[in-house]
Amino acid sequence: MRNPARRPRVPSRYPEPVKIVAICGAGIGTSEILRINAVRALERLGIDAEVSATDVGSVGVAAADAQVILSSAELVSAIGRTNADVVVIDNYFDLEEITAKLEIAVG
Amino acid sequence: MSQILPLDQLPDPAIALKAVAPDWRSAVRAAAAALEASGSADAAYGERMIAMVEEYGPYIVIAPGLAMAHARPGPDVHAPGVVLVTLAEPVAFGHAHNDPVSVVIGLAATEADQHVASVAALANVFNDESVVPALAAATTRDEVRALLAATGAGSGA
Repeated sequence: MRNPARRPRVPSRYPEPVKIVAICGAGIGTSEILRINAVRALERLGIDAEVSATDVGSVGVAAADAQVILSSAELVSAIGRTNADVVVIDNYFDLEEITAKLEIAVG
Repeated sequence: MSQILPLDQLPDPAIALKAVAPDWRSAVRAAAAALEASGSADAAYGERMIAMVEEYGPYIVIAPGLAMAHARPGPDVHAPGVVLVTLAEPVAFGHAHNDPVSVVIGLAATEADQHVASVAALANVFNDESVVPALAAATTRDEVRALLAATGAGSGA
């Protein structure tokens, strides 16, 4: 089990639990990978968050009250209008990347 | 919940090695062929997986060298399935960071929530960045199963 040393808890700028939505085209595959790894990254950061996965077609509803949307660069234009902070992840398995970007977006 | 077998028990038809694919569509079709061979989906599902990329771009290339082809559940999916295809030569999907692709995972689900168990297992396997090149170099299906088992087992995170 990969459990890197937990960092000191980062207080979030948002009320916790922070609501985060991971998206993909179909909602059955890549968004779930992104969701799982985002949960791990948030555990590292010590941020309490509620992370869901959905398809880009449903993101308007799913992310209506979300603070952050996690996406690949290709899907950003399909998200449409949102008040959420859209965070682009290049490598869905790179916990360092996901942790660093979530720390900036949410911390 | 999914009835998909654990990744280290993928049956032979669900693993294709060194598939010849001159372009990304052929690479996705190779995954579709494995899903068809393992009784999971019709060829039509492969065309829907291709349509996802045509519509949204190469977002399915989620890590260096790795594409996860999939589409929504539909009448062309008969059983949930996961397949793994390695390519004889890496193929560009047009992704800004993660090209070229040498391993394609194909995923089919009959209900939107069905993916969860197998996809969680995939997350455990591929968090180790050495796995994609090792899979691409594998010459036997047992080697592939061993790679999926060695890294996927015991990780409850």
